[in-house]
Order: sequence, then structure tokens, then C-alpha cells
Amino acid sequence: MTILSSGPTTSLVPAAPVAAVEPAGETVTFTVDGIETAVPKGTLVIRAAEQLGIQIPRFCDHPLLAPAGACRQCLVEVWAPGRDGALAKMPKPQASCTLEATPGMQVKTQHTSAEADKAQHGVMELLLINHPLDCPVCDKGGECPLQNQAMSNGRASTRFVDVKRTFPKPIAISTQILLDRERCILCQRCTRFSEEIAGDVFIDLQKRGANQQIGTFDTSVLGFVGEAPLGAAAEDTSGRPFASYFSGNTVQICPVGALTSAAYRFRSRPFDLVSTPGIAEHDSQGSAIRIDHRRGVVLRRLAGEDPTVNQEWITDKDRFAFTWQSAPDRITTPLVRNADGELEPASWVEALDVAAAGLQAAQQPTDPRETASGVAMLPGGRLTLEDAYAYGKFARVALGTNDVDGRARPHSEEEETFLGHHVAGRTLEVTFADLDRAPAVLLVGLEAEEEAGIAFLRLRDSVISRKLRVLSVAPLASRGLERLSGTLLPAAPGTEAEILDGIGTDPSLRETAELLGSAGAIVLVGERLAGVPGGFSAAVRLAQRTGARLAWVPRRVGERSAVEAGLLPSLLPGGRPVADSAARVDLAVTWGVEHLPAEPGRATAQILAAARAGQLGALVVGGLELADLPDPAIAREALDRVPFVVSLEVRHSEVTDRADVVLPVAPPTEKSGTFVTWEGRPRPFPQALTSHAMADHRVLDRLADALGVELGLQSLAAVHAELDQLGGWDGARVGAPDVTAAEPPAVPPGSAVLATWHQLLDAGRLQSGEQFLAGTAKRPVARISAGTAAAVGVQDGGSLTVSTDAGTLTLPAVLTEMPDHVVWLPTNAAGAGVRDALHADAGAVVRLAAGPRDLEARA
Amino acid sequence: MADQRKPDPSGKGVPARKPAPARKPAPARKAAPPAKGKAVAPRKPAGEVAAAEPEGYTSLIEPRGAVSDFLAPVGGFGVTLSNMFRPTVTEQYPSEKVPAKPRYHGRHQLNRYADGLEKCIGCELCAWACPADAIYVEGADNTPDNQRSPGERYGSVYQINYLRCIFCGLCIEACPTRALTMTNEYELAGPTRAGMIWEKEDLLAPLRSGMLQAPHPMVEGTTDTDYYRGEVTGSTPAQVAWVTEHRPDDPTLPGGAGLDAANVPGPTAAVMAATVAGATKQGTR
Repeated sequence: MTILSSGPTTSLVPAAPVAAVEPAGETVTFTVDGIETAVPKGTLVIRAAEQLGIQIPRFCDHPLLAPAGACRQCLVEVWAPGRDGALAKMPKPQASCTLEATPGMQVKTQHTSAEADKAQHGVMELLLINHPLDCPVCDKGGECPLQNQAMSNGRASTRFVDVKRTFPKPIAISTQILLDRERCILCQRCTRFSEEIAGDVFIDLQKRGANQQIGTFDTSVLGFVGEAPLGAAAEDTSGRPFASYFSGNTVQICPVGALTSAAYRFRSRPFDLVSTPGIAEHDSQGSAIRIDHRRGVVLRRLAGEDPTVNQEWITDKDRFAFTWQSAPDRITTPLVRNADGELEPASWVEALDVAAAGLQAAQQPTDPRETASGVAMLPGGRLTLEDAYAYGKFARVALGTNDVDGRARPHSEEEETFLGHHVAGRTLEVTFADLDRAPAVLLVGLEAEEEAGIAFLRLRDSVISRKLRVLSVAPLASRGLERLSGTLLPAAPGTEAEILDGIGTDPSLRETAELLGSAGAIVLVGERLAGVPGGFSAAVRLAQRTGARLAWVPRRVGERSAVEAGLLPSLLPGGRPVADSAARVDLAVTWGVEHLPAEPGRATAQILAAARAGQLGALVVGGLELADLPDPAIAREALDRVPFVVSLEVRHSEVTDRADVVLPVAPPTEKSGTFVTWEGRPRPFPQALTSHAMADHRVLDRLADALGVELGLQSLAAVHAELDQLGGWDGARVGAPDVTAAEPPAVPPGSAVLATWHQLLDAGRLQSGEQFLAGTAKRPVARISAGTAAAVGVQDGGSLTVSTDAGTLTLPAVLTEMPDHVVWLPTNAAGAGVRDALHADAGAVVRLAAGPRDLEARA
Repeated sequence: MADQRKPDPSGKGVPARKPAPARKPAPARKAAPPAKGKAVAPRKPAGEVAAAEPEGYTSLIEPRGAVSDFLAPVGGFGVTLSNMFRPTVTEQYPSEKVPAKPRYHGRHQLNRYADGLEKCIGCELCAWACPADAIYVEGADNTPDNQRSPGERYGSVYQINYLRCIFCGLCIEACPTRALTMTNEYELAGPTRAGMIWEKEDLLAPLRSGMLQAPHPMVEGTTDTDYYRGEVTGSTPAQVAWVTEHRPDDPTLPGGAGLDAANVPGPTAAVMAATVAGATKQGTR
């Protein structure tokens, strides 16, 4: 169930070349079961045997985890040359998962050695002594390494007649992860994953002998203050309530059914699931996943294997948040607003005709004095490459406008220039593999754990195994940065550009400059830098100054494909600038049109402002949430004002509530397509479920047809053929952004500058309907420094009220080491959406006050 | 059968076996003819194809004596004659219904424990075992408010498609709790496809005296293993109290409407029962 990165793709976003096999260094020659083999020095015997096709049973061994030798199932007989050179048998069978091959060694597995076979049978018998015989109700039954290997390498009948050890079951480690201790065989895969990979240590071995068990520590004496999940959770080994974004991986690697997920518990058995490979739709990391479905219903998702991208891990959001695609509010038929102002189901033909008529009327108003004319498109940031391309072509060919912007988030003109200059058409310049090799990585406007989960794991892997130095320009050191052993370059929101310009010029940042000057250093900038005037310009200058490579890591899955497909007002597909007539001609030839609009279009905020001012005739809106836009109130007003709105949506939303025509489109499980990772790596995925729902590009093709324009994008093959024909762009590019940093705003007393970023698990629309996952989200808190807290009069743990003219948010305050006069809030936590409540974003000045609870307490 | 054929030099695939004369054994051409009625000469241990087979063929059936040889042409009438004096075996179905043998594979039944909890744990092993893909099961969590079987898991959806079922009984062998067994019921017919798919409420065994309609808590202080071992012999006062509190009108409660009121067949089963009753009436003499 592997999706390898070298899948069929287009020349617009070409696939990564297959990596050359690195020549092996020193090799070791030894024999397994009499077969001589040469392996690189340091190879474990169990791996070498695997390569020869010899299966040795194992539980604790995992290729991505350090060897542990915990389960003892992989015992083999070993003969090795002694000091005198004579081959001597090791006195006892050896665990092949911890044994490195040495020259001249002779290994005999259970296939050739009766002793190894007997040893393995003995270990299996011991492991099964306390293992309950509840395979019929166990979620792992049918895909269980213990079950399978007990059949292949165990005794046919039990000799154990006593009462098995039992535990109350299951322990809920979090609302999502459940632990049945009696099924555990103490292989320590979960604890090693938590320590080595995720860095969230939450369970560990306890007690000794027959009572040894995996469990959570009860260290109530340790007064830790941490990020607590919303739902009930057991405490982790440090005494903090366990909160991890990667805990679902332990369920997948558990070789027995000891760790199960509440979402999948007892839902189905493996044999009646159909598996389809897929790509996770929640972030720009492009994790390979496996979608298991039964009778048209997705029951679970597992991590797929792709060594070049996500290895074998995915975030919990990718794993558990899939019910949105089959939510009860799915739109199944086209809807048209009738004379009473209500949406009612309509046929496709009728809906497309109404939509086409509305768009035509908006393009060419009958009354020439009508100011509300013209059509703009807001496609949203979750599109596949094919769908994004269709939106771009629809806007330019069918609507004749460049008013199309895929950025449904805070954005700036500087960002647009940066994307055209540095991102578009430059695929695979910085990849995950480069993160592994880099000596230093600087994160700017990017909270890796929250916004780029797989990049976080890859960075952490490098930090541990290759001493990578991680630096972060942020207002505070998050727990994620601590787990990367990262260095914080503290920056109040809005001053990031200043810090970046200081690297290499400011003596206090000399060490940082040296690190970034070393070969292979990388600067990762997040999409949030768009909110910092001069931020992208400073990042580009920094990269030029130090020689570090620069990469843009957006949050949403469709951001990179939007850039590549030209969903920007000044950019055409493949990085062709709108302003460049050669680029326009090149594209016009491919598209078979006489000319393309030469006027650069308007960005999201300008489109919404125009709509609000009554100067826009119609809007075509893709999958976006109004609450994600920079100012949701303006966006709502704008959509209310626009005479005609066409919405392409999967589910009912605030946009469809305001739309005149709603055209249903397929969610990712019901279509095939290509997501593009932040690296620019195409990630094609097949359709998992049979469905009548159409992908966006098909709907747009039919809508263009109703408008009398032929887009030629009715099938995926047609889109791919066109992308192939189009190819990349080697002409002139957009120039580098050069915006001077703005002076930080004055902060009056009782106020603070707002810092904010999205947490991985929050009130996002794609996580709805998943209560167990929602329980593992971090509890929303407001973070302020001790000095700011003292000035406002808030205690640690007390409630803090953050307000603007638009509204108020009250959250528990957590004192954190960070610059004074800065308050950090999660952007879109459940019940505390910053943009929705405050109409403000990072860098804005907000008022602080002690919350009502604190005032009461003081009174 | 290959060893009964001569090698076929013509390659036309004509069977080499000649119609052996009935009266005398086949002439043996080799030096050691096989004894009468004994096995054919042992073959040389050689490859299947390459073996040089002995010529001719010897029947394994012992040749008849002279008398039976003489009577052979009319021997068949003996069978007819003897049956004229035996009792008739024609069954007057459906006027008279003869019970099937006890091990007859009839339609399925989902059994209950003695206190009324369901035995099915929704493990889907029956569906896994089914060679005809006739069974569909979905498991679900038992909760304190909805405890339908002992333990953590119960079968929330249980369907058997009798258009597919071949009554092989592999599902019965697969069932780890003896929840699924087969009855001797064989009258399964209906005019619609949907009517042949039996749901859980159609398949559940009728409640007997001492049983309480599920859901209700397990007998206090027991585990699912105790249930499996047969240590639960009936519902307890605590269970009765729980059902009284949650479903005061339950017919299986002491003083309730009684088991007859509780044992209402499921809709599909009821329709099929009516269909079969109608067909029986029509076919009855």
C-alpha cells in the first residue's frame, strides 16, 4: 500500500527523479542459513535475513526505531569466529534484531536450526501465557503479528492451565487512545516511538517481573503546567496530561491489540475492509495514507509508507479526521435559490444554466450604469493541482479576468511577489531529504509541530541522529521547539523582518549567521510571514546573504498547487507572470484563445472589499470558510452584498448559505487527483469510493460549457494532457520582493501585540464529527509574559480577557517566557476563533484585562 | 484413470480400453497373468507418461457364476418386485410435515444466554468463514446503558442473505461463542429479494422463561468468561430492577405481558412466515 513519489505526474509539476542508490561503504560477508551474503557494515542480522527473503518472527523490531531486543522472539543460532579464528557457537540463541553482522558469522534461523526453532516456540509460549484469548473481539484480530506468528512459529496447543493475569480494561490514555494492558507483550514499540520519534513521552514500562506493564505515571506531585487536551486524559510520564499529535502511530505499530483507537474500536474487521492508497488532505506535507473502507464508508485511515515523505508516520489529524467527507451536511444535488430566497434542489442542467446566466449578467450588465459588474473567483486553499488549474483557466478563459486568488487567509502583495519570484515553478528545490542533511534550519513564521507535522518529525529525527540545529524566529518557545532542542530568536509579532535583517549584521546573532552560512542550511518560512510587512523581503535577503536555501511551507494542502496552477492575481500557471506578454502568449497558444487578460487581478482582500462596496457583479467561491479569511465580518458582508454567488462545495457552509447556486463537488476520497506538497512534489492519489460526485475541474468544465466556452478539462486525463503540453516556464520571473519593514505599532498601556498561529487540532471544518480526536486537541490558553501579566493583574492560570473593538475572548492565562506586551492566542481553537471574535490577526494591537473570574476572586 | 489406458500411438485420444468380452477374462499376453479378481499387475515404478503399460485390461469385478449369468437379463425386475411389498415413502408435503433430522442444516438462529443477553459479540468470524458471502455483521461497543452481550462488544448489525446462503454450516463452526447455530427450519421462500435478507431481530432466538429482554447489565460480579462457561443460569433481581427502572413496560419482567408478547418475530421473518403459511394452505390437500 505504498504511494511512491515517482508516480505518474505532469511536466508542470514534475515528479522527483528516482534517487541514486548510494554506494555502500565497508561490507561484511556472512551467511544466513548457509546462504552467503554481503551487507553494509552495521547491518542487523534480521535485516540481512529479510533481504535474503528469510523471515524471522519478531515483534519489537521496527526499521525506524532503535533496536531494543525486548520481545526475544527473533532468536537465532549464531556461530562466529573466535579470537583464534575458529568458528565457535555462541552458547545461547541470540536476538537477531540487536545483533550486527560480523565477518564470517554463520547464522542459522528456525529454518535450519532446531535449537532456534525451539527457542522461538518457547518465547512464543511465554508471550501467550498472559495474552487473553479475545481475538474475536480484538481490533487487531486478522492483521495481528502475534496471531500470525503464533500460527507460524508457535505451538498448536497451550500447556498453560492456570488463570491468566488480567487488568481492568481499557485505560483511556486520551479520549482517542485506549490501552488494554493484558494484551500487551511489552515490546516497547509505543514507548520507543514516543521517545525517539514524536518526543511526547506518555507511557512507559512499570513494575517488574510478571507484573510488568505499560502504563501512565501518576506523578501528581509534579506541578507541571502544560498544554492540556480538551477531553479527559491520563497523565504522561512527566506528570502532564498526555497531549500528542502523533499518538495514532502507536496504534498502528502495536504488534498486538493493546493500543486501540476509540474511533475505530469494534467498528470492523480487517478482512471486510477494502484498502485504497491516498494522500492526506489536511496539510501541505502530502503524507501517504491508506484508506480502509467498507461498503462505501471510510472506517479508518492508516499511515502509508513513503520513505521520501512521511516515512511511516502521520499526524493524528491525517489519521482520524476523515468523517467530514461523509458528514450529514454533505451536499448531494445542485441547489438553486428560488423566488422565496430558499435553496432548493435542482438538476445539474438547470443549476448550470442558472449559474451561467447569473455570471453572464454580471459580466455584461444590461444597464450600463450598473456599478456591480465583473466576476471574481475565490477558489480556497484545499484544491488538487487539477482543480486549481481548472479554476485558473476558468477565470482567465471563461470569465476573462485575473481576479482569482487561492489564498483564503491573511495575505499581502509582498507575499504574492515572493511566491511568483521564489516559489512558483521551482519545485523540489528544498525537500524533506534536504532537511535530513541540513546542518541548521531556521523557522520563520512557522510552528513546525502545529503547522507542518511531518516536517517536524523529520527535523526531530535529524536533531537526534545528525545533530541538526533548529532555530526559530517566534515570540515564544513552544513545546514543539523544545522537543527540537531548538534555539528561539525571540521576536514580537511584526518584528520578524528586523530579526532576519539582523542575522549577519547584528553581532549578537553572529552564531545564527554562522550556522546559516554553513553548506546546506535551510530557511523555512511559513505562510504567516505574509502578515509581517517586509518579512518575505527580509527572508529573501537573508537567503542571499548567508547562502542558505529558502523554502515556503504553507499550512493547507492546496496552497502550493494554487501557486503552481496560477491561482494568484498576478501569476499564470508554472510561474508565468501576468505582466509578461510572452508568458501570456505562450499560455494563450496552449489554451487556444486569442488573448488573455493582461491586467493583473485583485487579491482576496481587494475582491472582498470590492464586493462589499457593491462593485462586483458575481463571485465564484470554492471550498473556503469565511471564518478563515482575514476579516470574517467583511467577508460575510461582501458575500451578502454581491448580487450573485456560485459556490462549489462539499458541505453546507457559510458560503452556501449566501450562494445563489450551489454546485456539489467531490471530497478527496471520491475523486482522484494530485496534491502538491510544500516541496513542490506531486502526490497523485486514486479515487477510493465509488461516487457520483464530480471533481471541481469537471464541474467548472460543465459550467464553462453552459457559458459557451470550451475548457477541455472534463477528465483527469484531459487535464494532465494539457498540463504536459503546457509544461514549466523558463522565461522571466517576477522580481524579488523589496518591502521595507514597518515600524512596530505603539503599544499603549493595557494593550499588547497579538501573536497567533493555528494549532493542528482546532475548530477546523475538516475535523468536525470526530469527537474522540477533538478531545486530544490542546486546551485553548492565552500566553503572556510574567511582566505583562503583572501589569494587567492576572495570575498564572487566571482568566485573561483579550478584546478589540470587534469583540472579546476570555481564556485562561498561562505565564510563558516571551517578550512583554505580547499576547499569544490559538488562531482557531474550539470556541475561541481569533479572527472571528476579534477581527484581528498577528501583529494587531489588542486590549488586555483580567477576566471576570479573576475580578470576582479579587472582589 | 490414466493407468487404465493404453499408450495412444495415434495421438487421437481414443481410449485404449477395448470392450472386454464379458464371458472370459481378458487374454493375458505376458508371462504372468494376474489371478482372477485380484489387482492388476503392479506397475513398474516409472514416470506417469513414460511407463510402458501392460497390454489389455483385467476387470476387478469377479465374474458371475453360470446361474446368475443366466438370470442377469431379468434381474432388474427383482428390484421392482421387492418394492411392491415395501411400505410407501411418498411424503404428503405440505399437508403432512415430517420433521427434519436433528442435524439438518436449516435456517440460522442467534442464541441468548440464560439471562437473556445475546451471545453474539459481533466478531464477524461467521462472515469471514462464509464461502458464499451471505453474512454481514457490524460490531459496536456495549455501553452501561446498552449492554446487549456480556463483555465489551456486541453485534449491532447482523444480516444473513438466504439467497446466497448454501447452508454449509461453516459459520456455525467459526462462531467462538456458540451464538450462531442452525435450526431445522427449512421453509425459506419469498417473492422478494429484500424479504430473503434476515436481520438480527428475525434471527434472534425466542426468549425463554427466566430470560430478560436485552439490553440490561451483566449478572453482577461476572465476566464474559463466566457466561461462556455456563455459570450464569438466569436473570438476577438486580437485572430485573435495572430493566424495571429503564423499561417498566418490558413484557419479560415478572408480572409483565409474558414471553408470548415479547417473542414477536421480526418483520422479515413475519412476512416469510405468512408467505410460507399461504403456500402451505394452497398446497394442502
